Amino acid sequence: MSSETGKILTTDGIPLEESLKQAEKKNKIKAFLLVAPLLLFLIITYMIPIGDMFSRSIDDKMVTNMLPKTYKAMENWDGKELPPEEVFEAFYLDYKILVKNKTAGKLQTQLNYEKNGFKSVLKKLARKQKKFEEGNYKEQIMKVHKRWRNVEYWRAIKRRAPSYTYSKYLKGIDMYSNEDGKIVQVSEDRRIHRILWIRTVEVAFFVTLFCFLMAYPIAHLLATLPMKYSNLLMICVLLPFWTSLLVRTASWMILLQQQGIVNDFFVWTGLVADDNRPEMMYNKTGTYVAMTQILLPFMVLPLYSVMKTISPSLMRAGKSLGATPAVAFFKVYFPLTIPGIGAGCLLVFILAIGYYITPALVGGASGTLISNQIAYHMKSTLDWSFASAMGLMLLTGVLAIYWIYNKLVGVDNIKLG
Amino acid sequence: MSKKADFVKFDKVDKSYDGKVLVVKDLNLDIEEGEFVTMLGPSGSGKTTCLMMLAGFETPTNGEIFLDNNPISNIPPHKRGIGMVFQNYALFPHMTVFENLAFPLKVRKMSQEDIEKKVDKALSMVSLGGFANRMPGQLSGGQQQRVAVARALVFDPSVVLMDEPLGALDKNLRESMQYEIKHIHESIGVTVVYVTHDQGEALTMSNRIAVFNDGKVQQLSSPDKLYEEPVNSFVAEFIGENNTFGGEVSEISNGTCKVKLEKGEIIANPISVKSVGEKTTVSIRPERALINPKDKMDNNQKGKIEEVIYHGDHTRVRLNLLGNSEFILKVPNSSQNLDIKLGNEINIGWNSHDARALDPK
Repeated sequence: MSSETGKILTTDGIPLEESLKQAEKKNKIKAFLLVAPLLLFLIITYMIPIGDMFSRSIDDKMVTNMLPKTYKAMENWDGKELPPEEVFEAFYLDYKILVKNKTAGKLQTQLNYEKNGFKSVLKKLARKQKKFEEGNYKEQIMKVHKRWRNVEYWRAIKRRAPSYTYSKYLKGIDMYSNEDGKIVQVSEDRRIHRILWIRTVEVAFFVTLFCFLMAYPIAHLLATLPMKYSNLLMICVLLPFWTSLLVRTASWMILLQQQGIVNDFFVWTGLVADDNRPEMMYNKTGTYVAMTQILLPFMVLPLYSVMKTISPSLMRAGKSLGATPAVAFFKVYFPLTIPGIGAGCLLVFILAIGYYITPALVGGASGTLISNQIAYHMKSTLDWSFASAMGLMLLTGVLAIYWIYNKLVGVDNIKLG
Repeated sequence: MSKKADFVKFDKVDKSYDGKVLVVKDLNLDIEEGEFVTMLGPSGSGKTTCLMMLAGFETPTNGEIFLDNNPISNIPPHKRGIGMVFQNYALFPHMTVFENLAFPLKVRKMSQEDIEKKVDKALSMVSLGGFANRMPGQLSGGQQQRVAVARALVFDPSVVLMDEPLGALDKNLRESMQYEIKHIHESIGVTVVYVTHDQGEALTMSNRIAVFNDGKVQQLSSPDKLYEEPVNSFVAEFIGENNTFGGEVSEISNGTCKVKLEKGEIIANPISVKSVGEKTTVSIRPERALINPKDKMDNNQKGKIEEVIYHGDHTRVRLNLLGNSEFILKVPNSSQNLDIKLGNEINIGWNSHDARALDPK
């Protein structure tokens, strides 16, 4: 009996489990081959860039590689007093090579980030080191500039010893680690990133809210109208989708600017005086209006797909059981649309939080978001590691939202279509 | 307390959706308090529209509906206090069975204690005592059906409407549910208006049946009368099986008439024919025609057996009789040996009373 041996055998005497595995193997390989191109595509276009971004954001090998002997010699230095002669000698030798290779400029810039005024000291050393004699480098270097006697500067060099750093992340939230290695806030007039983060979340939140308020009735209408009209309405919803994003944003600029159509209309109706036209563009208002319009379909479609599955007889049942239309709506219809609301809000919020082009065009100074800052560092300051760090912080934030959503509502409840 | 004969009253009700076609034409229908009335008819005959007008989801284009002598056309559905069981049950999928049943009581602001008592009672009525905390999705079709019935009854409505509630169930379950609903109706005495296109269901459950066709009530009577004494050929055709002969009245005299067919002549019971020369369709139920009748019958014909189909409890025999090759006989399977073999000629007899001469098709 099979139960006595504990294993079920096929008629050929092979254990059933093994036989099943063999039979399934071919299917598994086939299934894997089918998804393999997509998997490869995802790895190349998604996983690798994110990995690269991450390594770039924490990478600090440049200084480490430029001063190999110095850092080796510094290993035993406790940083309390001036370093011993070996460190001075090693630094002299490293720096000599850099000057010879004409790469000393990079080191000067990097160390100047760490300690203001380092650049001039290093430049002077570059000029003087040619005449150095062999031996007693400590004396010779200290003679070049009196700052070399200040232990602070040597500590600044030592701080750059690790080949990895999280300083870019600190910078992203307006903090830095000071000379003593303590993490502190930057001075008040330089705290710009935190404002941007808060504004980004605020804009994303309100855009999501406006989208929800506008999309819910539209989606309901779409789901309940007869086919003839709902198709037309659907085209109206999708039409903006088929128009270039740039064109749409530009048309909002035409509509909303101070001499624009909307303002002309307000003046014409006498709502506002001609010399007191409200600014609706190049500030947060413009960002709200344009982003809400652009992201609206992303809210309508998931809502619509959920509402279409809700049988109209449920509302009727609610009413026939004695509930007023309002009660029937809030007790019966609304709870059933929550999966769609969740999907739509998550989608719009995540899209809004990383939105770039619209705030860049219509946001002005008070309407720019964190993504604009990332783009600025990518294109203008070329501080890619900082841009990467902020990009990753944004990604982490989105993942955190997703995680919270999953805890609260459950992702398997999402219905996208 | 005497029961009101016109507890629910349709008074000259018309309904049109598009202004061109009348879906319901001049409907007059009285339903007695505590009665089980079925609206039976093919799809598109207007029966569901009538139910929806009664529930308040459609408004009559003309005429008025009265509930307990009050006109209700201007009362919204939630104030009518009519329970309804929907075709697809329409249970709220996000609520447990208990919450589903408690819904009508909660909107009526009953106390939690009363709600629990009433829900318990309703659930035990449909024998679903232990299912209060299940979600509708975890129930089988039959159980969902019972929950829907319980929910429609839990708030003690005066009228319960049922819109093809058993349509989605398989045959055995449907039959047992028919009895169950019938018993519930008998035990609590609520007025039920039931819509179906299944005549078996209608015959089993109803006190009276309204046969709908083409927006009109063709006949409103008890199941036995409907079956035995259909008033026109649509009802005869729609309810049960039916053998028909088309012909012309050749003679008519006190309670019988002679109908001349293409081949031969039969004696029939004139129901809707008045005079000689009228065209008519004669309808005979298959079980009213007998093979080799012992008693004397006033119609006796010879027919040739063209098909024999075994049905377990009975055998269906298709004959060619008087030029009608679709004449069906139902012969009970007993030890009695009748000469039923393919190709045999046999004697068929029936009483003229059972051959009803109705309007021509």
